[in-house]
Amino acid sequence: MLSYSRSSLMIANLLLLLGALFVLVTAVGLLRLPDLLMRMHAATKAGTLGAGLCLVAVAVAMPEPSVVARALATLIFLLLTAPIAAHVIAHAAYHAGEAQLWEHTEVDDLADDLAESEARTMPVSR
Amino acid sequence: MSFPLVPLIGLTLLVAAMGLILVRLIRGPTVSDRVVALDVLSAVAIGLIATYTVAAGTTALLDAALVIALVSFVGTVAFGHFVERRSVHR
Repeated sequence: MLSYSRSSLMIANLLLLLGALFVLVTAVGLLRLPDLLMRMHAATKAGTLGAGLCLVAVAVAMPEPSVVARALATLIFLLLTAPIAAHVIAHAAYHAGEAQLWEHTEVDDLADDLAESEARTMPVSR
Repeated sequence: MSFPLVPLIGLTLLVAAMGLILVRLIRGPTVSDRVVALDVLSAVAIGLIATYTVAAGTTALLDAALVIALVSFVGTVAFGHFVERRSVHR
């Protein structure tokens, strides 16, 4: 085990604390928010940011090529796939009727668009 | 071995987050809620691996973090297709 510089270790510790705090905020939002789509809003953004900050801390604490490459590859993969996964879940849940909107929600643009498109097209008999 | 203090605090926060996510995983009214909770749980696992890597100075677990990210994405997409296919009974 090599000895790395103290300043980079301090920066890495700060990033680790920030990432852990963001993940904790994500967990609290996942518990407290009233609606599936709001919970996904907390989960997919703050969760990705927390895990990503922890990975950047690894890259800062150990500046070797192999470690930095692995940490940054994981980070880039997370940043690329989190929106796709969130969109897939939200789409599936909404169309399966599992996304019960909060009772104080006032605007549901997707429902209006779906009603309009159904009124415009021929009714398909299944 | 003795851990340094700051990563120990980070590990404590991450484990507390894991407990809250498990509560949502048990209580979530629909399948989609549980899928979202599992997705965040994998993010917490990546954070735990990163914290351990910095604290212990071993890089052995970084590949596991990459594999967890890959498997979590594939599982989430598969669950989405499953939920959507289950709703055809309308």
